[in-house]
Amino acid sequence: MIKLEGVSKTYGSGPEAVHALKHIDLDVPKGAIHGVIGLSGAGKSTLIRCVNLLERPTSGRVIVDGQDLTRQDSEALRQSRHQLGMIFQHFNLLSSRTVFDNVALPLELMGVSKSEIRERVEPLLDLTGLTDKVSQYPAQLSGGQKQRVAIARALASRPKVLLCDEATSALDPQTTASILELLQDINRKLGLTILLITHEMEVVKSICHRVGLISDGELVEEADVGDFFTAPSTRLGREFLNAFLELEPPQALIERLEEAPDEHTHPVVRLAFSGANVATPLISRLARESGVDVSILQAKVESIQGRTLGLMIAELIGTPETTSQALAQLEAHDINVEVLGHVQRNA
Amino acid sequence: MSSAMLELIFKATLDTLYMVALSGTVSALIGIPLGVLLYVTRPGQVLAQPFAQRVLGIITNIGRSIPFIILMVAIIPFTRLIVGSSIGTNAAVVPLIIAAIPFVARLVEGALNEIPPGLIEAAQAMGATPMQIITKVLLPEAKGGIINGLTITVVTLVSYSAMAGAVGGGGLGDLGIRYGYNRFEPMIMLITVAILVVMVQGFQSLGDRLVRKADHK
Repeated sequence: MIKLEGVSKTYGSGPEAVHALKHIDLDVPKGAIHGVIGLSGAGKSTLIRCVNLLERPTSGRVIVDGQDLTRQDSEALRQSRHQLGMIFQHFNLLSSRTVFDNVALPLELMGVSKSEIRERVEPLLDLTGLTDKVSQYPAQLSGGQKQRVAIARALASRPKVLLCDEATSALDPQTTASILELLQDINRKLGLTILLITHEMEVVKSICHRVGLISDGELVEEADVGDFFTAPSTRLGREFLNAFLELEPPQALIERLEEAPDEHTHPVVRLAFSGANVATPLISRLARESGVDVSILQAKVESIQGRTLGLMIAELIGTPETTSQALAQLEAHDINVEVLGHVQRNA
Repeated sequence: MSSAMLELIFKATLDTLYMVALSGTVSALIGIPLGVLLYVTRPGQVLAQPFAQRVLGIITNIGRSIPFIILMVAIIPFTRLIVGSSIGTNAAVVPLIIAAIPFVARLVEGALNEIPPGLIEAAQAMGATPMQIITKVLLPEAKGGIINGLTITVVTLVSYSAMAGAVGGGGLGDLGIRYGYNRFEPMIMLITVAILVVMVQGFQSLGDRLVRKADHK
């Protein structure tokens, strides 16, 4: 539904040029909820603005529903934009219009008749739970209600795609959850394709099917959300995940970690396992079969979109032979193993 | 006070109201579009025309920097061309309009400046044309600010119109100078000033009420 091919965006030229996006390829299938996560300044905002050409890419193609938007003239582009709803971090509602008139705005722009506007706006207010707010002004609404109005407004032109630019970043956790639920609901009911950018792992975890990680203008990693939360393939991905899961080894242990093993050290590992492995008595079996002792330093179980994910930081205590055998055994069981370092065993 | 004197004051009040109303209306009709133009032709704006914008900005600044009393005399040939005479109330209205247009334009531009850029971006994302952005986003969103600017303009016009006496324009200011100052009749001076004060208060509170009604921020 959304396809970016080699999209680059450069501001300025010469030695002072800023490369906000570097050759981005992205393919979001119809009906998917695709997240792009990154730190601030990574190019997320530029990326999503390139999809509806609020920012014109310096090079590359933007194809939405088979149409190459970068080749359209301004009139055709305006028509195409009716297919692309967008919501924003700061809602961007018109303060001079009531809730009803805000939602009606895109239809007015399209020249839809008054009676048809009424017919189309009311079900949207119903869908977004705003029926009792119709004649209020945005200033009278809470942040969550404002974003609901913005969502209803974005849906008014019956778009095929919804672009969400940090849509929950200005909201508190509870409101965030309710907005995410609404987005998921819309995705299911209307089959709407959603592309969202965020810096919050929570958003990705709750509703995204796939996720891309953007860093310094490049998409460095892309994966199904379940895979990303089990085993991110980049360092940045792991940092995001660890910060989100708050799964770090204790500080005292970090200070003792050494990179290279020798015969007196034991590996400290982070284990991530999903699916059937979560229910398996893994550690006791490992201890029994390989003869290593396992000291569990931290462990937690997360549920990510119906997939159960187990995470653990543990020290494997044994001889170099038995511990490496244990590691091999873990990997054979399809468990993601990351060796964080090695510690000297305190006597 | 003689009834002739009262009649004179009444006539002068009407003259002032006439000059302020006519010059206020015409300068708003021209100044508002000019202010919008100054805003939308900026670089990066919906109808960006950086060169034209700069030229327009310079002309506007020139208009604003000429002292009113000089402007009034300097454009006498133009005034004569428009109203057929260089003296009288109508002749005073022409320089008032010329002075007020750039004033209104800058105040409107300032009101538009207050609109969060995100609103324009949202409208663009909805496929709005530049004209639709002006009529459906910019003007309604800046309505309170524009009314506020027009109120300031009207109040300024009340005081500028006092100088209209220089071209035989009449009005309260003229009366105050001729009778109150030149003939040293403090009572007349006091009355004209009092009427002007009431007038300004009236315009200001009317403007404030309209701003409150227009603003939903």
